[in-house]
Amino acid sequence: MAETFEKVYKRSHEPIFWGLFGAGGMLTAFISPAMILITGVLVPLGLLGHETLSYEKVHVFATSWYGAIVLFILIALPLWHTLHRIFHGLHDLGFHKGRDIQQVFCYGFAFAVSVFVGTILLQMA
Amino acid sequence: MTDNIIEIGILRYRPEEDDKPVMQTYEIPYNDEMSILEALHYIKDHLDSTVSFRWSCRMAICGSCGMMVNGIPKLGCKVFLRDYYPKKVTLEPLANFPIERDLVVVMDDFIKKLEAIKPHIISKKKKCLTEGTHKQTPAEMEKYQQFAMCINCGLCYAACPQYALDKKFTGPAALALIARYNRDNRDAGAAQRMEIVNQEEGVWGCTFVGYCSVVCPKDVDPAAAIQLLKIDSAKDYLIGMFKPD
Ligand code: SF4
Ligand code: FES
Repeated sequence: MAETFEKVYKRSHEPIFWGLFGAGGMLTAFISPAMILITGVLVPLGLLGHETLSYEKVHVFATSWYGAIVLFILIALPLWHTLHRIFHGLHDLGFHKGRDIQQVFCYGFAFAVSVFVGTILLQMA
Repeated sequence: MTDNIIEIGILRYRPEEDDKPVMQTYEIPYNDEMSILEALHYIKDHLDSTVSFRWSCRMAICGSCGMMVNGIPKLGCKVFLRDYYPKKVTLEPLANFPIERDLVVVMDDFIKKLEAIKPHIISKKKKCLTEGTHKQTPAEMEKYQQFAMCINCGLCYAACPQYALDKKFTGPAALALIARYNRDNRDAGAAQRMEIVNQEEGVWGCTFVGYCSVVCPKDVDPAAAIQLLKIDSAKDYLIGMFKPD
């Protein structure tokens, strides 16, 4: 029974990704339905007025500091949520080889798109 | 009522004669008060004395009689023939554990995990008997009591798809037991147990499927315990960033 070596405990970095996953999940659950309702139903059907999402209006929103922050969060967090889920989903589906590469690919993608979106928003400002 | 017959299939495995587990079906008189465990006793007493299974208390206390009943982890003494009749009942050893013989599984890995989390109160300082008992208010007890109801039956390990994929995963019952002791105000061992919790094989092996809590016969809700520990582990991670040890 007695183990002759001392067990080494290795701390996981999962809390970071889990935090982003949780925040993104929260956003997706609460805000996405309203966003889809507005951008996908109410505006196209003319119920909110076609001008609501006109280029000028959206541009003013995206170039304001608060608009940029809102857009960045709305795009980046659900992305981290999705790729975290895909990363764990791959394991559940039996892709147990090359977990490191899968990780780099999944979170790398979320990171790259976040940087991309952030850069565009900064350039527009 | 005794004219009615119910079919019971048992996955047999006798290492000395079977290369692999084989299904064997028995027919016994149906009785709506008979538990699955009693049905097994009936088979052992009247039809086939070679059938092996674990049991002790017959009242969902000891946690010995876990088995797969029609593919779902159950305590044999807590489910009844009437829950299945007139369908056939199929009994298999608990999933995700190696079979020792018939419905008896090897629990070593599970027991080792339970032991590893130091499932006992680690006091801040030794108290002399004359100092009296540790006091605890109902509110303090409420914090951990649900997680203390575990009978170590292993049903949650049979249900857990993550344990099925990776036997290194600490698993639902052991993690729930960590929550039980860490949340007890008489205990001062949380820091030691957090080392287990913080690992990939600790709380982070869980993807919150939640089936453990569905099958638990004592409503321990190990999935909830694990989510609480994830929050603790995330806090511990943040603290660790500023105060590396
Ligand atoms: S948590 Fe529930 S299912 Fe798991 S071992 Fe304890 S009593 Fe059994
Ligand atoms: S015999 Fe004890 S729990 Fe079933």
